Amino acid sequence: MYLQQLVNGLTLGSTYALIALGYTMVYGIIQLINFAHGEVYMIGAFVGLIMVAVYKVNFFLAMLAAMAVCVPLAVLIERVAYRPLRRSTRLAPLISAIGVSIFLQTLVTLMEGPNPKGFPQVIEDTVYVFGPVQFSKVQVIILVLAALLMLLLQYTVKYTRMGKAMRATSEDYETASLMGINVNRVISFTFALGAALAAAGGVLVGMYFNSIYPLMGVTVGLKSFCAAVLGGIGSIPGAVLGGMFLGVAEVFGVAVGFDTYRDAIAFGLLILVLLFKPTGLLGMPIQRKV
Amino acid sequence: MKRISAGRWVEIALLEVDGLNVSYGGIKALRGISFKVEEGEIVALIGANGAGKSTTLRTLSGLVRAHGGTVKFNGVVMNKVPPFRVVEMGISQVPEGRRVFTRLTVMENLEMGAYTRKDGGVKETVREIFKRFPRLEERKNQLAGTLSGGEQQMLAIGRALMSRPRLLLMDEPSMGLAPMLVNEIFSIIKEINRSGTTILLVEQNAKMALSVSRRLYVLETGEIVASGEASDLAGDELIRKAYLGMH
Ligand SMILES: Nc1ncnc2c1ncn2[C@@H]1O[C@H](COP(=O)(O)OP(=O)(O)OP(=O)(O)O)[C@@H](O)[C@H]1O
Ligand SMILES: [Mg+2]
Repeated sequence: MYLQQLVNGLTLGSTYALIALGYTMVYGIIQLINFAHGEVYMIGAFVGLIMVAVYKVNFFLAMLAAMAVCVPLAVLIERVAYRPLRRSTRLAPLISAIGVSIFLQTLVTLMEGPNPKGFPQVIEDTVYVFGPVQFSKVQVIILVLAALLMLLLQYTVKYTRMGKAMRATSEDYETASLMGINVNRVISFTFALGAALAAAGGVLVGMYFNSIYPLMGVTVGLKSFCAAVLGGIGSIPGAVLGGMFLGVAEVFGVAVGFDTYRDAIAFGLLILVLLFKPTGLLGMPIQRKV
Repeated sequence: MKRISAGRWVEIALLEVDGLNVSYGGIKALRGISFKVEEGEIVALIGANGAGKSTTLRTLSGLVRAHGGTVKFNGVVMNKVPPFRVVEMGISQVPEGRRVFTRLTVMENLEMGAYTRKDGGVKETVREIFKRFPRLEERKNQLAGTLSGGEQQMLAIGRALMSRPRLLLMDEPSMGLAPMLVNEIFSIIKEINRSGTTILLVEQNAKMALSVSRRLYVLETGEIVASGEASDLAGDELIRKAYLGMH
């Protein structure tokens, strides 16, 4: 029973992690809480739904299509809503982000209506049993795909030229530009990576919970943001850990009877962790520059 | 270096700064400064805290925009060139306070220095740099944040050389280093120059600046108040008093 809850928790947690990565990477590079990120995830879910329900493509292609829409969308959001404000106060881009978020929610509500839509059954109900635990096929897909995407991200950030430029830029963007790094391009790339993961997350969650609606990005966005802060904002492994931690805590919380407080668990945990470790679980101590 | 201009051969310097004005908000940091750096020289820019030395280098690298005047590199007006292009065009900088990427390894820091290079010679340049700074090679997989101050300065210099610049800007490379290390850094600067790189050196350590450079400019609250050959300036009464602490 505990083991089963753990599996369910990790499944939920890996979707939080996918979304939390976008928050943490963007924060790491421009110190902005991208409030519109939850809406990118929501649009990813809708694109996936439309591809599957209307165009009858398979689930995998639907996910690629969601990425193909969300990546340019996120790059565009950064370009029009954040970049012109980069040299202004810190509050300005934050408010701009909230504006974009409300705009996208309203736009999708106008186009698709406010009511939740179900995802057509694209994956069979097969259940795999391993001793005391059972995995549904959807769970297996989520766990495997999320793990693959995170490994791919880790590889990109650690070993590719662009990934190294990302890390350099997030530490010191001025010196990064003295190296000949086009900082604007690195920032666009960061938004693109985050959006691709969020789009995948949207389609996976749509399949798992079978409920897609224009405001779905709000709660999940907030919780994933909590996961990012919990793990240590700016830290990629931190976002993964924070996501898993929240997912497991939420599932166990519900299992022991706190189901009315389901969504409060994330925020309660966040407060608890930050009381004891203000920089989050894997956050770096605040560094002073010489 | 000679160039044809209006049908005549004229001499142009590698770097020509003319009437440069820079302000931060309302505060004027540079008030119409002009100077030149010829190919192959080491030129020093000295001055007290807040004189505008770093501002000058930051403007040359494109990090700060001039409100007036021109910067010409190799005859090309650089005023609107973004920082990443400046590097491609052959200017690189060792910034004030080293600013190595502490969370990247030594090797990754060097790779970042070669970010704009598309030729296959990057590995060869890394070898050259390791030959010049053997201590960096021993620590190539270490995070740059774990290096000592002197090692970080060497890394910052090595990183700036990775782009094979024609003009190297150095902002107080001796800052915060023990006297022995300062000597080492200055002999490295001379070596770099001998192997063909032109250097514009910002220093507060006027004695050192006089000993390595051919020409100097003295900056005071945003204006150039003296300039000349190092040998002449070293004897100048005013310079001796103000910058060499002699009476
Ligand atoms: N980002 C900034 N915003 C506002 N004023 C600045 C900024 N950077 C420099 N200044 C001001 O411009 C003037 C020149 O500063 P700069 O850093 O160029 O001096 P410096 O000669 O390099 O001094 P130091 O030897 O202390 O490094 C100073 O009055 C400084 O306060
Ligand atoms: Mg300075």
